[in-house]
Amino acid sequence: MIKIDAKNVDFYYGDFHALKNISMEIEPNTSTAFIGPSGCGKSTFLRLFNRMNDLIPGTRMQGQILIDGRDIYTKSEKVDRLRKNVGMVFQKPNPFPKTIYENVAYGLRVNGIKDENYIEETVVKTLKQVVLWEEVKDKLKESAFALSGGQQQRLCIARALAISPSILLMDEPTSALDPISTSKIEDLIHELKNDYTIVIVTHNMQQAARVSDKTGYFYLGELIEYDNTRKIFTNPEKESTQNYITGRFG
Amino acid sequence: MRKFIEKLVEGGLLISGSVSSFTILLIIVFLFKEATGLFNSPEVEEGYVLAVNPENPVEHLSPEQIMDVFDANITNWADLNGKNQDILVFRLSDLTNYYTEEELGDEFQYVPEKINELIHKEPGIIAFFPEQYQAENFQGKIISGATIKPSEFFGGTKWYPTSTPAPIFGLIPLLLGTLLVSIGAIVLSLPFGIAVAIYLAEIANTRTRNFLKPVIELLAGIPSVVYGFFGLVVIVPLIQKTLNLPVGETAFAGSVVLAIMALPTIITVAEDAMRTTPRAMKEASLALGATQWQTIYKVIIPYSISGITSAVVLGIGRAIGETMAVLMVTGNAAVIPTSFFEPVRTIPATIAAELGEAPAGGAHYQALFLLGAVLFLITLSLSIAVEYISSKRKI
Repeated sequence: MIKIDAKNVDFYYGDFHALKNISMEIEPNTSTAFIGPSGCGKSTFLRLFNRMNDLIPGTRMQGQILIDGRDIYTKSEKVDRLRKNVGMVFQKPNPFPKTIYENVAYGLRVNGIKDENYIEETVVKTLKQVVLWEEVKDKLKESAFALSGGQQQRLCIARALAISPSILLMDEPTSALDPISTSKIEDLIHELKNDYTIVIVTHNMQQAARVSDKTGYFYLGELIEYDNTRKIFTNPEKESTQNYITGRFG
Repeated sequence: MRKFIEKLVEGGLLISGSVSSFTILLIIVFLFKEATGLFNSPEVEEGYVLAVNPENPVEHLSPEQIMDVFDANITNWADLNGKNQDILVFRLSDLTNYYTEEELGDEFQYVPEKINELIHKEPGIIAFFPEQYQAENFQGKIISGATIKPSEFFGGTKWYPTSTPAPIFGLIPLLLGTLLVSIGAIVLSLPFGIAVAIYLAEIANTRTRNFLKPVIELLAGIPSVVYGFFGLVVIVPLIQKTLNLPVGETAFAGSVVLAIMALPTIITVAEDAMRTTPRAMKEASLALGATQWQTIYKVIIPYSISGITSAVVLGIGRAIGETMAVLMVTGNAAVIPTSFFEPVRTIPATIAAELGEAPAGGAHYQALFLLGAVLFLITLSLSIAVEYISSKRKI
C-alpha cells in the first residue's frame, strides 16, 4: 500500500518551471526526507501534498498526486478535508495570537467539534505527545507567544497532531531553532514515525540521515535520486548526489 | 562645515517642532479661555436691567423662567414662588402706553424717572430696559445679578441663544443630536466598511483590488459640501418620499451622508490592518483544515482587531466633527430628538451656523466656544481610546 503517490508532476510559478516530471512513492508510517540546495523545489513539492500552493496566485500543476489511492487534484476534492488529513508544520514557529490551549484546540474547533471534554482530552494528549505538557501545564491560558522558539515549534506540531492527520509534512521545522530544541524535535519525529507518515524538508544533512528512512535529493527542480537513506548517504548512484552530501556545493 | 550644517538643520527641526506644538497649545488655551468666559456672563443680556416691584418676594429667576414669563407662558407670580398676582410684563417700548410723549420729555430725559415710578406703582410688574435708563435713586428690585451657571449649560435642555431678555444655552439637545447622527452613521457604515475591507484584503483578486482601492480612496477626497449637496438633492427627498415623512431633513439623512463619508476611512484603515496579518498565520490556519471564512473570522480579524478598532474610532471621529454636510441635511432644529426621523442639530453645525451672528465677546459667542471645547474633549477622548486600544498587547 502506497500512502503518497506522485505521478509525473510538473509545477510552474508563472513561466518558471519549478518541478520537472517528478514521480515518487512514499510508504505509510515511514519518514522521508527531502534534501537539496535552496530553490531546488523540495518545499514546493512538499506543499503540493496538502495543496498549500493553491494559495499562491499564478501557479499551475500537471500530473497526479494520489493519497491513499485518491487523486487530490480533482475538482470535487474538498481542500479543507484534505488538509485535515495532511497536517503541516512550517519553517518558522507560527502559533496563533491565542492562548496555548486555544492554539491546540483550534483545529478541532474549525472542524466542528463542540464537545469541550473531548477537546480538553485531546489538548492534554497531544501536548504530552510532543513532550511539552510538563513545561506548559500551568500556563495553558497564557499567550502562546510567551513560549520559547523551540516550545512554540513543538506547540505547532501538537496543533497539527490534534486533528489526528495520517500524514505530517514538515517544512524545515528546525531551521529557526537552537541545537537543543532541534534534538528534541528530532526525537519526536522518531516517536511519531510509528503512527504517522512523515515527510520532512531539511537543509541539514545530518538531520536527514538521523530521522529519515528514505531520502530524496532534489536539484534544479528535478528529483535526482530517491532511495533508502542509508544508501543515499553511503553509496549514492549519482555523482551530483555524492557532491551535495559531501558538502562540495549547496 | 558639515557639522555646522547638521547643527543648523537640527536646530531648524527643533524650532519647527516647537512652533507647531506651541501653536496647537495656544489654540487650545484660546478655546478654553473664551469658553469658560461664558460662566462669567450675566444671565440677562449685557447692558440691560431686569427689575420687579420692591414689595415682590421673588429674588431670582432662571433664564428659562424669564423666557416663560416674557412669552406669557407663566402669567402669575404664584407659579414662581411669589404672591398670587398677575404678572405685568414691561418692555421699554410699552412706556408710551402709560405716559404721553410730553411726560417723557423732548429728549426722553424723564424716562428713568418714569420707569422708576411705574415699577413702584405696579406690584405685579417685571420690567426689562437698558441700563442707561436706570434712575440714580432706583427703588425697584433688580433680579438680574446672577451669572450663567455650568449646570444650566451642561444640564440645559433648551437652546435659545437669541431669546431676550435672557438667552438660554442648553447643551443637551445639541449633544444628543450629535450623538444620534454619529451613532446612526457608525451603525450604517461599520458593517459595510468591515465587509468591504474583508473583501478587499482577503477575497478580491489583485486586479479587482487595484481598481477598487483607489476608487474608494478617491471618495475620501470629495469635499464635504459636495456630499452635503448630494444628500440634500438626492437622499433627503428619497427619505421623505419612501418613509412618508413631513420633512426629509432628519437625523437619518445626516447619518446616511456621514456613513458614506466615513466609509473610505474605515475601509482603508481596516484593510491595511488586515493585510498586516502574516501569511504564516493564514497558512497555519488553512493547513489545519480551516476554511477561508473560518480563517478570516478566527485568525485574521482577531489578529487585526486593534487596527479595525482604530478604523472604527477614526470613522466616528470624522462623523462627530463633520460640519458642512450635516448642516445641510439634518434640518437643524435644536430640540431634544425623540426619534431618528426628525430634524436635529449637531454641535459643529450650530457653531458654523451661529458664529457669524453672535457678537464677539458676548455670551452667545462664548457659548459657541464652549460647544467647541466640548467637541474637542469628545474627539480627544476618542483619540486617547484609540491609543490605548492600539497599544494594548495582543494575547
